[in-house]
Amino acid sequence: MSDAAAEVLTQRPVVYRGGGFAPSPRRWVGFAVFFILIFLAEWGTRSGWISALTLPRPSDVLETFQNLYATGLLFKHLGPSLSRLFMGALVGVTSGVALGVLIGLFSYARAGMVPLVAAIFPIPKIALLPLFVIWFGIGEGSKYALIAFGTFTPTVVATYGAVDNVDRTLIRMGQSFGLSWFSIVRKIVLPGAMPGILSGLRISLAIAIILLVAAEMLGAEFGIGAYILEAGALYDLERLFAGVVILSILGVLVSAAVGFVEHRLLGWRV
Amino acid sequence: MEIPLDIQVDSVSHFYGSTEVLRNVSVEIPTGRIVCLVGPSGCGKSTLLRFIGGLERPSDGEIFQLGDPPEGSLNPLTYVFQHFALLPWRTVRGNISLVLEDHGIRGAASDSIIGDVLARTKLSDFAGALPKQLSGGMKQRVAIARALAVKPAVMLMDEPLSALDAQTRELLMDDLVGLWSRQPFTAVYVTHNLAEAVRLGHRVVVLSRRPGRVRKVIEIDAELAIRTTGDAGLERVQRQLWNLMRDEARAADEELVDV
Repeated sequence: MSDAAAEVLTQRPVVYRGGGFAPSPRRWVGFAVFFILIFLAEWGTRSGWISALTLPRPSDVLETFQNLYATGLLFKHLGPSLSRLFMGALVGVTSGVALGVLIGLFSYARAGMVPLVAAIFPIPKIALLPLFVIWFGIGEGSKYALIAFGTFTPTVVATYGAVDNVDRTLIRMGQSFGLSWFSIVRKIVLPGAMPGILSGLRISLAIAIILLVAAEMLGAEFGIGAYILEAGALYDLERLFAGVVILSILGVLVSAAVGFVEHRLLGWRV
Repeated sequence: MEIPLDIQVDSVSHFYGSTEVLRNVSVEIPTGRIVCLVGPSGCGKSTLLRFIGGLERPSDGEIFQLGDPPEGSLNPLTYVFQHFALLPWRTVRGNISLVLEDHGIRGAASDSIIGDVLARTKLSDFAGALPKQLSGGMKQRVAIARALAVKPAVMLMDEPLSALDAQTRELLMDDLVGLWSRQPFTAVYVTHNLAEAVRLGHRVVVLSRRPGRVRKVIEIDAELAIRTTGDAGLERVQRQLWNLMRDEARAADEELVDV
């Protein structure tokens, strides 16, 4: 009986069902995706199954880009745009972090400001551009204001969420060692909130780039946004795409810069 | 000569909302002694420790500090926390200098204090390490070093070994006994581990389940240095403690938590 039972017992390897849910870096895949898409567009426009009106030929866009560079127009456009981006984001992010920390720390700031921020957040800032022009003039002021305003609200929300998530036992520890209020905020709350603030920064800087084009819709002679809008009005798709590519590259660079800062500042994370 | 008192908890009662957590608790903590607070979970022993250190205020009753803290004590009432409470973005040295910076101690003065406390906790080789690189036992030694750096009059230890595994706990108990033997300090030591209480406590205060009251105070006279795990006398005390607590612990375990 037992012999017969032993015979029917089959040996099977245990089925593996673990793993997954843990993406790991695959460095070249991103480049491959870009390359394949560009290659398809180039091939399609050359062989004719994509008409020139549907999509400009990537090599033409590249040529436009080279022209832009050779004539020095590239930096003439890039300069003002970068300064608008920098000034606007600087003002927006700084004030956003400041208000976010206040909301995170004080009951009255929280009770008073959270509904206000919730009310401001969904307003498309572009809709307010005419208002900004009246308030800050048609020059640089209204452009800074638009970008600052657009980066402000997401930064506030990210910051107070991050302050809320700072480990309270660390704050109690600071109090139990008699650290001053200011020391606790500077040495415990702010570094503890830094991961959340930086991931908020990624979002708000992307929004800043989006708003850059909107900001340059009115009364800007130079700037990437102005360049794109002008090309769009003329249906000059090569120039339009050259401008769009510049914005994309800007986005990738900003994201990489935030990544670099995260790497430097947040090496302590487990 | 009678040992002078350091801290006196005078008929403290406390409510969280409508929940009574402590009822008329009085405890005396003499200088140079380790007083262990034991009790079933939720009996308010950690709450009591927060009162003693001034992190929370009791609804009723008062805590007195008797006499003046020793000269040079930067932070007379100093905690050691269960989960270490180290800043993950600062190195071991940075975590200790954190509590000195606010007292204006920097540079050479700070270095000499840090060097001293790291040597006393056998951490000298790890001054530059980040908390994430350290084991649980090492983290708690850093926290103890940080507490020593401010020259406390009373150490308030909130289940300092409860987050550690059994072997590490043994090692750290030896370390604590060593530290105390070389330089006796006053401590209030909250724990639910009776073996720790009989090993480290000169006096064990047993609290009842919620609302916490003092059920019994047991004095253990044996020298800390000669106590060993498994000592017959200590075993007897431990059994006595457990007999006091068993039913309470069971009842506390079956209580519904409403937060």
